[in-house]
Amino acid sequence: MTDLLTPAPQAVEEAWRRVQLARHPLRPRTLDLLPLIFEDVSQLHGDRVFGDDRAIVGGPALLDGHPVMVIGHQKGNDTETNIERNFGSAHPEGFRKAQRLMRLAEKLGMPLITFLDTAGADPGAAGEERGQAEAIASSIKLMTQLQVPIVVVILGEGGSGGALAIGVGDEVLALENSVYSVISPEGCAAILWRSADDAPTAAAAMRMTAQDQLELGVVDLIIPEPGEGAHTDHAATARSIKAALVAAMGRIQQRGPQALLAYRYARLRSIGRYQETVIGPRARPEPPSLRRRLGRLLHLPGVRTPRWSEIWPGDEERDVEEGE
Amino acid sequence: MPVKFPFSRRRNAPADAWTKCPDCEQQVFNRQLARNLRVCPTCGHHFRLSVGERIDLLLDEGSFEERDAGLASLDPLGFQDTKPYTVRLEAARIKTGLNEAGIWGIGRIDGHRVAIGILDFRFMGGSMGSALGEKLARCFETALVERIPAIVVTASGGARMQEGTLSLLQLAKTTAPLPRLDAAGIPFIVLLTDPTTGGVLASFASLGDVILAEPKALIGFAGARVASGTTGAELPEGFQRAEFLLEHGFVDEVVPRGEQRATVARLLRTLPVAPPDEAWQDASGRGWGPIGALSGFAERLGGAVSETIGIDVEPAGGNGDAPPVSKRREEAP
Repeated sequence: MTDLLTPAPQAVEEAWRRVQLARHPLRPRTLDLLPLIFEDVSQLHGDRVFGDDRAIVGGPALLDGHPVMVIGHQKGNDTETNIERNFGSAHPEGFRKAQRLMRLAEKLGMPLITFLDTAGADPGAAGEERGQAEAIASSIKLMTQLQVPIVVVILGEGGSGGALAIGVGDEVLALENSVYSVISPEGCAAILWRSADDAPTAAAAMRMTAQDQLELGVVDLIIPEPGEGAHTDHAATARSIKAALVAAMGRIQQRGPQALLAYRYARLRSIGRYQETVIGPRARPEPPSLRRRLGRLLHLPGVRTPRWSEIWPGDEERDVEEGE
Repeated sequence: MPVKFPFSRRRNAPADAWTKCPDCEQQVFNRQLARNLRVCPTCGHHFRLSVGERIDLLLDEGSFEERDAGLASLDPLGFQDTKPYTVRLEAARIKTGLNEAGIWGIGRIDGHRVAIGILDFRFMGGSMGSALGEKLARCFETALVERIPAIVVTASGGARMQEGTLSLLQLAKTTAPLPRLDAAGIPFIVLLTDPTTGGVLASFASLGDVILAEPKALIGFAGARVASGTTGAELPEGFQRAEFLLEHGFVDEVVPRGEQRATVARLLRTLPVAPPDEAWQDASGRGWGPIGALSGFAERLGGAVSETIGIDVEPAGGNGDAPPVSKRREEAP
């Protein structure tokens, strides 16, 4: 079956090219960029509960002379460093370390800057036992209420909940060749196309490139990359990120501390597209049959008020459709 | 090529009279199952419920009033996999009679007025899209404005892939009102039912003040197959079941279906909405015990602190570039 609605071949090619650039082994990582963007960088370790997750790094630094807190995912550049960093996929202790640094930033009134570069949070059994979902959820919650400016920069891959856990902010900036998605294209293809080979098609269908995210309102600004991509010139990439960060900080600080959380709330509240037809409050389910309807009107014995389960009944055969 | 198993369909028999329990494989008479709240009488397996069945189970009869019933998903990406997203949506609407993968409304539990959101797994796996996110955000905001407890019953595979990052950001959108509930002193209760996984668990579902779960419900961040696939390790017995989460400290109580309504009612009695701010200043009101005493103390302390600030504080910036405070400096000499 060929379908007219599937993404055009050029779109598939373009989306996949961006995904591969975002995953490029020589693409600058958080720790590569920190010394190029900031001065006096310190790295803090540990969540004070369980351990230190090497997939998330962070600490205080100076941006243009002003103290800021920086948190980012950290991927490796080769097999050895990738194993050390768990390919940038954090465990619960990573998100809890991030939360600890966020609280410290709030305590000292320092703006927060986060760098997203992860395929997603670690899905393993160990993380599950230590509450991966809870760690991500409370990290998201903390970021929605943190009373300091937050700027998020998507460096490479913004993958699902693991990215969002440190990705809620007042402004979200994205490098030109970065991607942001609800599930990896491979995962999406495996579930919806039933074959991981369709990953490029899934990448195009999910519209995960930075440009698409800008159009959807998820990203506020795109940071241009030098030449063929960020991997060709780390220093130039760092310069354009720094300029974008300073400008974003200026815009956010103009809002003033009172309006900060109101803006952030309104920004999150406005994301998403839905339709709304006005239906008055449905106070009571409509009786399903004429006999019932008459019976209720005439108060016949044996005809009771219809229950909600008659309107939305259950059934024994349930479909299994999966989300992410 | 999908493989068809010859034994998977057994619908020729009077299929509407009996249901086979997937756990103990006993045939259960459907009417007996309905009377037993769709819990297997032999092994206690909890069958999944529709939103209608949930309302009847949890809320006082005739108390529920659905809100924002007209909110429905759009197709923001023009998404198509093997079927277009719009076709999948329409099929789900016809199958379930619902507009979205969940509803919200106002109802009463044992007389307590609550804002309640209920997810339905039959509608595209209970997945979180823009419309469902909007519904839950409004549910929380209404709880905040009306100062009534918020309750969510979850059943979801996670975020809806067909809406891309817009669905991912619904996790933040549904979480954002929760700090406001904290600040206002509004309790938030979550009931996790089979299955609750992925993004929904990684947002509001893990953030209840009290988190209840149905027995043996599948609850986890990643699917069990993913978890074993990445680590290659043998998974512990009962991995990602409600009891596993209870043991690891992420769920407060595993409550069988028959006791859920009474349990929620008990929690609503013992976790009341905090009195609004004005009430704290009224010492004759609820202010008994250490809290009442403390609030009086805090008030006096607060007064002292603001006085100190008024006298001692240096103008911010210090070198005269802060216009709002310059007036005071002129008055000083």
